[in-house]
Amino acid sequence: MGVEYLYPEFEVIRNESRCIACGVCVRQCANEVHAFLGGTQTILSDDAKCVNCQRCVSLCPTHALKIVKSDCRLRENANWDNDTIREIYKQANSGGVLLSSMGNPKPLPVYWDKILINASQVTNPPIDPLREPMETRVFLGKRPQKAERDADGKLCCSLPPMLELSMPVLFSAMSYGSISYNAHASLARAAKALGIYYNTGEGGLHEDFYVYGDNTIVQVASGRFGVHENYLEAAKAIEIKMGQGAKPGIGGHLPGAKIVGDVSRTRMIPEGSDAISPAPHHDIYSIEDLRQLVYSLKEATNYKKPIIVKVAAVHNIAAIASGIARSGADIIAIDGFRGGTGAAPTRIRDNVGIPIELALAAVDQRLRDEGIRNDVSLIVGGSVRSASDVVKAIALGADACYIATAALLALGCHLCRTCQTGKCNWGIATQNPELVRRLNPDVGSERLIRLMTAWRHEIKELMGGMGINSVEALRGNRLMLRGIGLTEKELEILGIAHAGE
Amino acid sequence: MKRIYVNEAWCLGCRLCEYNCAFANSGMQDMASALKGKPIFPRIHIEQANAITFAVSCRHCTDPICVKSCIAGAIRKTDGVVQIDQTKCVGCLTCVLVCPYGALAPNENGVMQKCELCLRNACGEPACVKGCPNRAIVYEEREADA
Repeated sequence: MGVEYLYPEFEVIRNESRCIACGVCVRQCANEVHAFLGGTQTILSDDAKCVNCQRCVSLCPTHALKIVKSDCRLRENANWDNDTIREIYKQANSGGVLLSSMGNPKPLPVYWDKILINASQVTNPPIDPLREPMETRVFLGKRPQKAERDADGKLCCSLPPMLELSMPVLFSAMSYGSISYNAHASLARAAKALGIYYNTGEGGLHEDFYVYGDNTIVQVASGRFGVHENYLEAAKAIEIKMGQGAKPGIGGHLPGAKIVGDVSRTRMIPEGSDAISPAPHHDIYSIEDLRQLVYSLKEATNYKKPIIVKVAAVHNIAAIASGIARSGADIIAIDGFRGGTGAAPTRIRDNVGIPIELALAAVDQRLRDEGIRNDVSLIVGGSVRSASDVVKAIALGADACYIATAALLALGCHLCRTCQTGKCNWGIATQNPELVRRLNPDVGSERLIRLMTAWRHEIKELMGGMGINSVEALRGNRLMLRGIGLTEKELEILGIAHAGE
Repeated sequence: MKRIYVNEAWCLGCRLCEYNCAFANSGMQDMASALKGKPIFPRIHIEQANAITFAVSCRHCTDPICVKSCIAGAIRKTDGVVQIDQTKCVGCLTCVLVCPYGALAPNENGVMQKCELCLRNACGEPACVKGCPNRAIVYEEREADA
């Protein structure tokens, strides 16, 4: 108290004329914000504990609650803003690294919002997706450079292994441990129903989810948690995680408190031990080393599965991607600096990495310049928020998009950004059984399926407007994009013209 | 016949079903004015012991023992739904004694009431099912009952 006291960030406002004291808020808040005043029917709220996850707001049957940002502010200062000063106080109190969750919330440029999409008028007809066929299916993997024939002149039809997706979206890597069993079950079921893929993250694959293997991408990350023969065999593709957009250059740390029961067994580490993923893969210090791991995994799975290499978007991403393409990887996944996380040091999340839009444009151009674009497919992630973001990404040169934050939002996440506390009131970023059961996978998977179905409709509408009837025909079609309010340099990197040109 | 089923795996013990039930049977338009400052008498109850919670309401038994036991002839089964004629109920509580589920309870006036699937109130479909945030209570036809 005293000098350490910080006025709460949020205030819980209860409309007393509507509150019926049913106590749903009291029972549903894992942060114990609401409580009955000893033996009475009056509910008091402790604002200091509120993280603004809105669980109580959503469940209150009489809509008696709202959460507002506190107006108890420090004196205005354009240089030392309120949040900056509070962070100083927090660190002066704790002496620790500040932790945050989910994606970078800073007001840095969102290039998706500065790119506009074309439509056909008069000289080339738009297509109505409700009346005419429209193809959203894509294949990810190496494309053969030329047709090969055997000694008898017959066409060799054996293609490198590929992933087939009904639409150019995949659920991005989120480990079992960082998210709950029910969140994984929802993602897995939805991926199967939709004909797309979900990604296990580095926490291993729970034994119950092997049945979804045909829609699973398994990850091999620097901690190698949960990696064994059956794990690799179960999946349709294997992803080597070199980096993550939310925290490029650092590893991961799942606290021992979350390594319980099934999480411990799935990760293949003892209960209660911290799961620390090193910042580098200790066996990878060059593209040649990466090639060894790529081929070890291919060898281990009989060259039947495409290998994805996932990297964070950083300054020299084009050269890095070129190296990865030459390492033998089939697919490159690039994660932009706005990508989410279950926990990351605040300074790293908010200041390290580059926007995915620029990284994607630079990588696609570099690979084309070097004549190796067809050797790999590109998946981009790091805050793809809508169907129009997907369409813009494809037109910039991506083959498909990874989404994770959008998927969690569909599952109930309210982006309160406190995953690191493990008290997720929506049953997503928690391992507490009483909280986990708040996410019924029957409901979760349906919501994911509905979201993706809606996006697929929107992608078709946007493509139809441009007179394009397949995702394949849209890929890298930067003539369909125009920039708005961008500098010459930004337009040059994005490879697009300005609106009006 | 469609019945209410409860899946305890997804029950959060939030008790929204109890309040939605009380509101649906209040005959009023607004939950706040219907329930504020009053004890509620829902026809569905949350049973809770430690981490296990689940909702209990009338199962609408194939051969309802409450119907047989009612000394006033107030309970009868119509189109599969066990209904109570509150004007006939004498408040003897025999039905409470015999119901193996504990699905009957008196209302604020001591007259017995029970779940009638919201078929006779303004809700039109079970309010507990409609308001359950985690689909722990469902209203569906199941083959085994056909």
